[in-house]
Amino acid sequence: MKVDRRSFLGLGLGAVAGIAISPVGAKLTDDSSIWTQNWPWTPVPPDGKISYDHSVCSLCPGTCGITVRKIDGRPVKIEGRDTYPVNNGGACLHGIAGLQYLYDPCRVTTPLKKINDRFEPISWKEAIALAAGHLGRIRKNDQAHTLACITDTDQGSVAGLFSHFMTAFGSPNHFVMPTLESWLALTAQTLHGKGYTLGFDLENADFILSFGAGILEGWGSPVACFKANSSRKQRKAKLYQIEHRLSTTAAAADRWIPVTPGTEADLAMAMCGVLLTENLFDSEFAAGFKGGFNRFNAMVQQKYPVEKVAAATGISAADIKKIAIAFARAKMPVAIPGKGRGDGAQSLKEFAAVHTLNCLTGNVNKKGGTFIKPVHDYLAFPDPVLDTAAKDGFGKAKLGASVQEMVTNINQSADPLVTALFVYNANPCYTLNDPSQTRAAFEKIPFVVSFSSFMDETAMASDLILPVSTFLERLEDVPSRAGLANSVVGLTRPVLDPVFDTRSAGDTVIQLAKTLGGDMARSFAWNNYRACLEDVAAGVWEDLSGNGYALLAEGPPTDSVETSFAFLSDNPQTIYPQGDYALTLVPIDNMRLPGTVPAASPFAIKTVSDRVLKGKDVCVEINPDTANGLTDGGFATLTTPTGSARVRVNFNEGIMPGVIGMVKGLGHTFDNKYVAGKGVNIHELISPVIEPGSGLDAACGTTAAISKA
Amino acid sequence: MIQDKKAHKYGMVIDLDKCTGCGSCTVSCMSENNIPFKEDESDKKDSITWMRVYKLTNGKSFPDTQITYLPRPCQHCGGKGDHGHSPCVSVCPATATDYGYDTGIVSQIYTRCFGCRYCMVSCPYHARYFNWWDPIWPEGMEKYLSPNVSPRMRGVVEKCSFCYHRYQLAREKAYYDGTHEIAEDAYQTACTTACPAGAIIFGDLNNPSHKVHQIVKPDPHPDPLNRDVVGKSRNPKVFRLLERLGTNPKVYYMSEREWVRKLGDNYLDGEWEKVKNHYGAASHE
Repeated sequence: MKVDRRSFLGLGLGAVAGIAISPVGAKLTDDSSIWTQNWPWTPVPPDGKISYDHSVCSLCPGTCGITVRKIDGRPVKIEGRDTYPVNNGGACLHGIAGLQYLYDPCRVTTPLKKINDRFEPISWKEAIALAAGHLGRIRKNDQAHTLACITDTDQGSVAGLFSHFMTAFGSPNHFVMPTLESWLALTAQTLHGKGYTLGFDLENADFILSFGAGILEGWGSPVACFKANSSRKQRKAKLYQIEHRLSTTAAAADRWIPVTPGTEADLAMAMCGVLLTENLFDSEFAAGFKGGFNRFNAMVQQKYPVEKVAAATGISAADIKKIAIAFARAKMPVAIPGKGRGDGAQSLKEFAAVHTLNCLTGNVNKKGGTFIKPVHDYLAFPDPVLDTAAKDGFGKAKLGASVQEMVTNINQSADPLVTALFVYNANPCYTLNDPSQTRAAFEKIPFVVSFSSFMDETAMASDLILPVSTFLERLEDVPSRAGLANSVVGLTRPVLDPVFDTRSAGDTVIQLAKTLGGDMARSFAWNNYRACLEDVAAGVWEDLSGNGYALLAEGPPTDSVETSFAFLSDNPQTIYPQGDYALTLVPIDNMRLPGTVPAASPFAIKTVSDRVLKGKDVCVEINPDTANGLTDGGFATLTTPTGSARVRVNFNEGIMPGVIGMVKGLGHTFDNKYVAGKGVNIHELISPVIEPGSGLDAACGTTAAISKA
Repeated sequence: MIQDKKAHKYGMVIDLDKCTGCGSCTVSCMSENNIPFKEDESDKKDSITWMRVYKLTNGKSFPDTQITYLPRPCQHCGGKGDHGHSPCVSVCPATATDYGYDTGIVSQIYTRCFGCRYCMVSCPYHARYFNWWDPIWPEGMEKYLSPNVSPRMRGVVEKCSFCYHRYQLAREKAYYDGTHEIAEDAYQTACTTACPAGAIIFGDLNNPSHKVHQIVKPDPHPDPLNRDVVGKSRNPKVFRLLERLGTNPKVYYMSEREWVRKLGDNYLDGEWEKVKNHYGAASHE
């Protein structure tokens, strides 16, 4: 057959038309996509029976109830638990991302011992024997008081076991990291006496005057605060936010009142003065005022006249008066202290002055007010058996009022003040201001034992790591802290067996005491942590194990309390940002970035805005008015009296001119490519300043300069 | 393909005055739907977040600045006249994305998608994401993956499904229980249940007993100003994004603040004044 031009074209066109009309092409495309996209390495999660476990999240002091969805016993999703008295459904992003912590690339999977600056895995038996040997020698040499211990809280049975251990061992040096709860307890202790703490009934208050408290940035119990804010919008209750920056809380507030950073305490004092001069304080409640109320009144009038404070704070005298009067005239006013999340470096003077506003209005221990609550001690630890070494050691003076003071004392002393240190669930080598000081102090301590789930900065600086199971793998009682109105204790329950060779810190402490033997072992007669918890929490165990929580107190406390003005009437010094630079650097708390332990999860980091973190660079916020010669998104060098850092610039109209804001929670140095090695740790740029009267670091900012890099 | 009068029309209303931009919805969505993560997620163009939270400002300078957050899932557009011709569905050559006339949900079938990304171009809301890389979980982490949603592979597009697997489970349960009707609380998306502020409300826009219907009060008649727009809210505080395109999203937003509502579209000078008091056919009666 001869192929001529005509038949060639005809056949060609016919073929083209045929292919175009035929479904074979589309079918092949479809099939090829189906077959080629079933990559064998794309995981196919196994299916199975669905079940749900109730537990309590203990990632932050918020203590929300959670429900874990499991497939054939394998946890796949965390959600907020409905009808839990703290969060009542809903959860924050960190709790929801909690499963990522189980398989975190940074998890410590087995006990580790440092040999020549490298960690080598050892067995639990060796690890406990190593620690017990070291501690035994200290005790034998009458140096029991040189063992120190740092925990994240002093509440709950695990912290209780550490405290029990320290007492039985013979050391007074148990320190607690500065948290909102520790600041509130210290404030209550200063004004009302020991054994009290503060709670705020934000769910019912009709006027919230917040001195920078980031109730939408993770202050207090975050989910409870979000819920209170939503209900506030429906109830038309007012929120006035006094803050140097338009935070999420300030944006949600009815009024944002920008204030020069560091002058909040002075502002609160001036407002107290307004209430006193205008006679707007509750005379009935004032009957319980003790310890120099008249002296306080005179001091406030003299030292904090409205005009003088107006100049310092940048808020007009008329506004200060108006706000104070509006606050005092509200039916259920609450003033809340604690900048940002309220943890870390804060000021007792500020907390006390703000809480004094509450006391003056008299809206205390009433619905919609401030609760001066007794700290509920639902745990009954037996008295430890004290031998001579214990009695001698425990009687010695404590190495300071705070972790920060201990660090300073260790660094300044030529003698080895601390020869062994326990750190549980805290990361002082990252979260304290100028952590190089903390690291230096750690280097001077011959034996640092870290009870940590993750290889964080503090674990890296330790000599022995006794790995702790995460909150999903362990049993623990978690009392609500963080300024909640109700007092609840929840039970964290293991939802799966430990993924790695880890244990509850409670078990490790008991084991350690048993290995030490003698009177130490007699003080820890329990077989394991579970038996210990059932014993010491016997009073609430039925509720705890049945419902997963026990309600210790609900509604306003009925106690009548006295208020002492002794601390404030001496007019303690206000700590202003240190240094001579023209601008002020302040930390920003961002809900999506945890500032303490544990560090962010990969999911949490993923949600962080590209105006906060760009690549590996942190972006600092600055008002375009202040940004002399800088460009938005460009690089700059940020200098403070403590150090300097290369940063990117983020122009933000919502920050006061003269202020530079930098987020907390970045700049981790451990080995996790998803979370660490990004940005700068702001604490590296701020030096601690110990506040007289509290003994705690109050440097919530520093002066700074910024120039084009 | 006639729309059943009894068909569901699942939709969402997000209260921007309650939203705190905390990111719970984003993370709950990522955890529920097996969304992977990379070493650097700060290039938001290739960062897969079915539920993305935007931060918006009123553009004023200190101290009159205001900000608000706007969570953006897939808008599950009904298309012009709400006939199911969503922008993405109309352009997909592989029928990998389709409109469910029984639910109003725009589906995405990963194994059908061959990655042409026409849908991403046509989506006015940037709600679709492309898998430029294979998903890789750190060792052991794939153990938390849920069997209800297939992990996606390199080369396909993905987006929010209104947690369709939860709808399937609720439907099966209703069938099993013999009720044949899915209760309001039986089907809720992962973002809705996670929101600690209670800012997200989800339900059937066709069901007058559902909260979402009661808040939105969707206008059953086409908008007299633009016949392509159907289901406009008769609540003066409620708006949709780029509503006048006629995409008819099923995600509604709510705010008391006028400047926030105005950000729902790119209005030219004077345009906002003409439409700001217009909420459905009823406002013209």
